[in-house]
Amino acid sequence: MNREIAVVAFAQTDHRRTSDESSEVEMLMPVLHEVLARTGLKTADIGFTCSGSSDYLAGRAFSFTLALDGVGAWPPISESHVEMDGAWALYEAWVKLQTGDADTALVYSYGKSSPGSVRDVLTRQLDPYYVAPLWPDSVALAALQAQALIDAGRTDEPALAAVGARSRADAETNPHAQLRGSVSQGEYLVRPLRTGDCPPIGDGAAAVILAAGERARDLCERPAWIRGIDHRIEAHGIGVRDLTDSPSTRLAAERAGAFERPVDTAELHAPFSSQEIVLREALRLDDGVRVNPSGGALAANPVMAAGLIRIGEAAARIHRGESDRALAHATSGPCLQQNLVAVLEGDPR
Amino acid sequence: MSKEPVAVIGVGQTKHVAARRDVSIAGLVREAARRALDDAELTWADIDAVVIGKAPDFFEGVMMPELYLADALGAVGKPMMRVHTAGSVGGSTALVAASLVAARVHGTVLTLAFEKQSESNAMWGLSLPIPFQQPLLAGAGGFFAPHVRAYMRRSGAPDTVGSLVAYKNRRNALKNPYAHLHEHDITLEKVQASPMLWDPIRYSETCPSSDGACAMVLTDRAGAARAPRPAAWMHGGAMRSEPTLFAGKDCVSPRAGRDCAADVYRQAGIADPRRDIDAVEMYVPFSWYEPMWLENLGFAAEGEGWKLTESGVTELDGDLPVDMSGGVLSTNPIGASGMIRFAEAALQVRGLAGEHQVDGARRVLGHAYGGGSQFFAMWLVGAEPPTS
Repeated sequence: MNREIAVVAFAQTDHRRTSDESSEVEMLMPVLHEVLARTGLKTADIGFTCSGSSDYLAGRAFSFTLALDGVGAWPPISESHVEMDGAWALYEAWVKLQTGDADTALVYSYGKSSPGSVRDVLTRQLDPYYVAPLWPDSVALAALQAQALIDAGRTDEPALAAVGARSRADAETNPHAQLRGSVSQGEYLVRPLRTGDCPPIGDGAAAVILAAGERARDLCERPAWIRGIDHRIEAHGIGVRDLTDSPSTRLAAERAGAFERPVDTAELHAPFSSQEIVLREALRLDDGVRVNPSGGALAANPVMAAGLIRIGEAAARIHRGESDRALAHATSGPCLQQNLVAVLEGDPR
Repeated sequence: MSKEPVAVIGVGQTKHVAARRDVSIAGLVREAARRALDDAELTWADIDAVVIGKAPDFFEGVMMPELYLADALGAVGKPMMRVHTAGSVGGSTALVAASLVAARVHGTVLTLAFEKQSESNAMWGLSLPIPFQQPLLAGAGGFFAPHVRAYMRRSGAPDTVGSLVAYKNRRNALKNPYAHLHEHDITLEKVQASPMLWDPIRYSETCPSSDGACAMVLTDRAGAARAPRPAAWMHGGAMRSEPTLFAGKDCVSPRAGRDCAADVYRQAGIADPRRDIDAVEMYVPFSWYEPMWLENLGFAAEGEGWKLTESGVTELDGDLPVDMSGGVLSTNPIGASGMIRFAEAALQVRGLAGEHQVDGARRVLGHAYGGGSQFFAMWLVGAEPPTS
């Protein structure tokens, strides 16, 4: 193992509340063109393609097959799909490159939350026999987690509000973000979470190109080398978990080598302000670490793509020379059930 | 740096039936996983990661059900991935799991695929209206029947070939205790007299709708050395995809299928598949796909596949047995169907296929396809470890 593999290009849409005028394929196509253009590669040059999306968001079976048309899979390509956030599609592609079967990979993901009520849709992720029939939505479950943190004396409402405010202020310089600048903390959505503690609902897509070894150096001036990547899942029942902790994030970070040396930047996939509190502690991030300079998921949260965007944003900072060692995190499931951590580094300048 | 050889040391299936009302989804997958672990004489603690696959989430009405299944599959604290590549998913899932071992990311991986079709209605789950798109009729048969007719016209195959495949596979299923359909009174006449569903596909030439799960334990060289029973070794594996519909698409013999097979044969050092491969577990949801895939996979020249079927070559005691387990025509928990092909191929080279064992099977191909004949996943397993 341990072939050197890097993120060499990243592209994303402008994330918006609705994208009624375009299909998922139409939303994705410009991003695919942009990420390929950044490297000068064509579809036929790519060794492996992997995507992440959800039929439940699209509202129909096999939704990813149409996206494949956008890739232009002709002549036929070596390709796979995960019904997960694109961060896991990137993980599958990283494994494929580790086998030596391919030297480059295209990874993409997309999600449109606008056609339905995403809070209701996400309840369908829960245990279908005992929990889903109660329709507890994603905000209500996150509110339980936030209240547990407050009860444990680990945070309070002003501290949570500060997370949201900082994220949207940082998003000022991110042209793709959906919520930017001064955003009102608003009323309680589900106590203790106010609208400002919750992510915007929106549509978006993202794409990344991975390359191995010298190929990466050919394609990118300063590749973002993946020094480690790992993911772990926890029990599904939130009643058996300590919601104030994220042992799966900590274990993934350990396996990814995150604690071997400090990182200067962290892109955390924390759709709720309270989840950033949990993740910061699990990842032992001190105040010296720049957290979510992109604004994070509180500024744009296209479901199924938001995790891949964290990796892309962290890599882009390394590409631009704004970071030397960055951590990227993605999550899935209620209350941070499943977590992925990647550690990215640039060559010494 | 060379890849780590991948071995199958455990296989488990549920008894496939129309409706498993006695178990939850979690209970169903755990049953198959438990049997795969028992076959390998391993415990949950021996598993480093879990890779699960299934077809569309609408078939059970649970979004990303792997989140809820983490506990049942002993995945808590471990990496868990969920693959979805349409009907080929069972095969793709096994290949993703195999990559984890081949890349030396993990030593021992549990891979599993399932479908509990009784939770909903798969035919209508597949028939959701798509804005601005032509409706694809009701169910998969309506989509594939024109391709079968095109094959019949192209090859000049006699009308009866499809019924021969169905008759053979349903008889093979009688020798497989896990198969869904056990039609003890099956006759060729009954198949040929069954109602026409999608001309030229008759009722008895279509797959059933099943509840079932299939699991495998994949491991590295060291893991295989500790295994209590013979291992099946992976000699080649590949996936290929092409768009659903486009001008010039060959729906009868898609290029993605040919390319995928060629890649697998190259990895496995297969020069002449007809000579070098002993048996095939092929994804045949409608009977006519046996001759069609025989050509697509290079076992027969174009237009000649039906002659192998007609002359009995693909029978269980033939020269190139196909679907010894009874195949998808006898058992179809959609998301698991591809993995069952892969697992049955492994059982054959391990010599553990029981009554439907092919004597002396040393190299067997497992094949899966999905979508509009556009997603392909295949592997070739052998009784001996790969030499290179």
